Amino acid sequence: MCRLFAVTSEEPLSPMMAIRALDVMREGHDGSGVGLFLSDLGGPLEELKGAPILSGIFTNEGIKRLDQFMMNIGFMTKYKLSIRIPKTPPSGVPRRDVYLIRAYEYPEGWEALSQEEIDYRLLMIRLQLRQMGEEKEDMIVYSFWPDVIMIKEIGDPLTVAEYLKLDREELQARIILAQGRQNTNYAINLYACHPFFIQGVATMTNGENTAFVPIREFLSSRGFPGYLGYQSDSEVFTHILHFSLKRLGLGIEAYKHVITPLQDEDLEKHPNGPFLKHLKNSCRRLIIDGPNCVIGCLPDKTLFMVQDRKKLRPGVLGGRPGLFAISSEMCGLDAAIPDRNKSKDFQPMHLDTALIRPERQEVTIWSQTAPLPLQH
Amino acid sequence: MVSNGSITPSTLSVKDLPWQIHWDKDKCTLCGRCTAVCPVHAIELGVHRKRIVNVLPLEGLHPGNGHSNVYQVYHGIRQKTDPAYACVGCASCSLVCPNDCIAPYRSDEIDKLRYHINQGGQPRRRGGRRNATDPSPGGILDRIKFTRISMLTDPALDAGRHEFELRTLLGRVLPPEETLRVYREQGWIPPVREIYPLIIGSMSFGALSPNMWEGLQMGVAYLNEELGMPVRIASGEGGCPPRLLRSRFLKYLILQIASGYFGWDEIIHALPEMKEDPCAVEIKYGQGAKPGDGGLLMWYKVNKLIAAIRGVPPGVSLPSPPTHQTKYSIEEAVAKMIQSMYMAWGFRVPVYPKISGTSTALAVLNNLTRNPYAAGLAIDGEDGGTGAAYTVSMDHMGHPIASNLRDCYLNLVKLGKQNEIPLFAGGGVGKYGNLASNAAALIMLGASGVQTGKYMMQAAAGCLGSEADRCNICNIGLCPKGITSQDPRLYRRLDPEKVAERVVDVFLSFDTELRKIVAPLGRSTSLPIGMSDALAINDHHAAERLQIKFVV
Repeated sequence: MCRLFAVTSEEPLSPMMAIRALDVMREGHDGSGVGLFLSDLGGPLEELKGAPILSGIFTNEGIKRLDQFMMNIGFMTKYKLSIRIPKTPPSGVPRRDVYLIRAYEYPEGWEALSQEEIDYRLLMIRLQLRQMGEEKEDMIVYSFWPDVIMIKEIGDPLTVAEYLKLDREELQARIILAQGRQNTNYAINLYACHPFFIQGVATMTNGENTAFVPIREFLSSRGFPGYLGYQSDSEVFTHILHFSLKRLGLGIEAYKHVITPLQDEDLEKHPNGPFLKHLKNSCRRLIIDGPNCVIGCLPDKTLFMVQDRKKLRPGVLGGRPGLFAISSEMCGLDAAIPDRNKSKDFQPMHLDTALIRPERQEVTIWSQTAPLPLQH
Repeated sequence: MVSNGSITPSTLSVKDLPWQIHWDKDKCTLCGRCTAVCPVHAIELGVHRKRIVNVLPLEGLHPGNGHSNVYQVYHGIRQKTDPAYACVGCASCSLVCPNDCIAPYRSDEIDKLRYHINQGGQPRRRGGRRNATDPSPGGILDRIKFTRISMLTDPALDAGRHEFELRTLLGRVLPPEETLRVYREQGWIPPVREIYPLIIGSMSFGALSPNMWEGLQMGVAYLNEELGMPVRIASGEGGCPPRLLRSRFLKYLILQIASGYFGWDEIIHALPEMKEDPCAVEIKYGQGAKPGDGGLLMWYKVNKLIAAIRGVPPGVSLPSPPTHQTKYSIEEAVAKMIQSMYMAWGFRVPVYPKISGTSTALAVLNNLTRNPYAAGLAIDGEDGGTGAAYTVSMDHMGHPIASNLRDCYLNLVKLGKQNEIPLFAGGGVGKYGNLASNAAALIMLGASGVQTGKYMMQAAAGCLGSEADRCNICNIGLCPKGITSQDPRLYRRLDPEKVAERVVDVFLSFDTELRKIVAPLGRSTSLPIGMSDALAINDHHAAERLQIKFVV
């Protein structure tokens, strides 16, 4: 089982805080890999909030091709966070040339574009780089988005983090998602490592998705270029969320209704029954069977956690105003925020969506049986 | 045959027939029940003359009493060898014999009768099922295994105690974006029925006896109203009894319209008096047992009641045309017909076509994807059964269901319309008794649901038919069990209440078995349509063709 840790904090934190929490939970994870998603960044990158940041792993050859490519489409490097690594990696970690975190300036003329168009173009550039990298195996690209950094590598999380010196001052974020294991259900591949990201939406998941194949078929046939990959059965959770937020224009409160709709008798009693019945019928192909605990971050920096309907995977949420964390093990939460009121800790059940809004003042619990917020 | 008798080409001996009646003189009580019950009069009273050699002792011999021949007569049964009266192997004689002294046995070699059952130039017609031996034991559906067992990374579910939503949708489902848009704008969202994924396939009132029909309907009503299982039954092309049309039970019925339009006058006239909408309307363009051929109700079965419901004179054969008379192109006529049927019930009832399995199914499907009204597509594979058809159609025409369905599903996946046009598969589901595993295999290959007819006849009414040409006389109304007969002397043998009980038994046990399949795969929140990663087969070519795993 993956060990997951997510934190949202008023004060920028080092990713080491999350890595240490993962390390506390190490008993249950095999230390085969680490994935990090950082957003609401602090440090020097805070000043560059609008600038898209490219995260990935490159060979020296790949960097040259990247520079050429970005120059051709008019992107100028604005800031780069250099990760200098020792010559020999620790055992279990492959040797890489460059771990890249680089912020770009938009090309001329982009300021006239709509936000939707910019979002689309950023996605397409990431996909193009990914494809180029797959051809020559010289680039792995995780994200290309403003205010988002992603790092993924094979190896024990703490060892990797120390090797990459992630405790550096420039690397600070108010939102961190961390996951401590390589994908185990399918072949080892860095693209199979959680968290997954698409257009501001990031999630990571515990468990195995039994309905993976039909859901993958549904998403891949939407005609949306970003719905690809699926080296991991968990990637579909990110894409289902993206689909319901961006394509259907629904709120996070509807996510549970898409992946685990209510049964008919409950729908009949629900104030939004007729709407939800139609949603259930048309999104039937996205229904999951679990066991899954999905933890993620929305474009507006809301952190959330949901469970499947009956199998459930461990997950606990707790903290204090200004600092909340979600952890797959209680010991991880204890290590990260020892001075919280533990009686307020919450473990979402089959109907709950647990949210920590960007204000970070409280935990909101949204039950599936509650009326949906008004649609805009 | 006497020594100077003549031999014609069609003179057969008992040995030449597919079935030989074995009769035990010692046990026979001469009650005559077997000859009375035989539906095809294959046996008759036999008066046998028998010589007994009575050798007298020498001392008793004197002129005048030296004859050793004594002729005696005994009574028993005789099997006819005229092709028209050949035994069909139904074994009704065994069923009624009080002393178990009679039974038909299959010939130890291929019969000669098959070369002679076209007397008068009329090729053989029969009812029942396809009589072709599968090259592989059990056929393809029985060979599919469910290999993705949940254990540790994903715990299996408890088939007995977890909640299961094993329902499917019948009706056109719009893409999510479109559904929400139309909902916001308060537009028309196509009607969708949430039903049980096992549908009782089309068997018409006429093909089936009134008792059989009543039994099936009662069983379905019980399943719905007492057990909460939304089971649906398709009517077949023969209309519907007027009282049923005007009852609340109509909602459990899928009304079929086919090229003969039989019974639709009655249905249209009942429209204003209907208390409920039917579940759906199925437009039959083809059927698996006799692809490219119309329905056929032979004159034997067209009695006064059937004639009245169908709106025809009694005692005439009712062959439906192979195609709808108004149809000249799929784009125009099929779309028009679907829309007309929608209009009849105010766009509240899903309307979908049913075709026979064919290599052209994709062309039909592609057209339907562009027709926003098409509520689904039912495909009936070559193993579908029938009340009456030419043997050549049944045994040699048509497409196996598994690959036909799989092609259609994968095509929908390519178009992004999987489950938007639900596919229903039929034809040979449960052919060898494995209804639930066959159904689950088809569902995971991409069917939204399955239709079954023959299994119901066998399990709910005790049909004797087999893949090896046993009985098969549904077409002439002589069904020894009263299932497909319109003769009250025959169909009164079938108790509708008992049929209803068996229907309920079948569905309950099917439901348990289906859970026993999906629970270990970790699925319960929705029917695992298209979950092909759970399937495997030990035939490399079949695996490749169906795009599932090959295992040995």
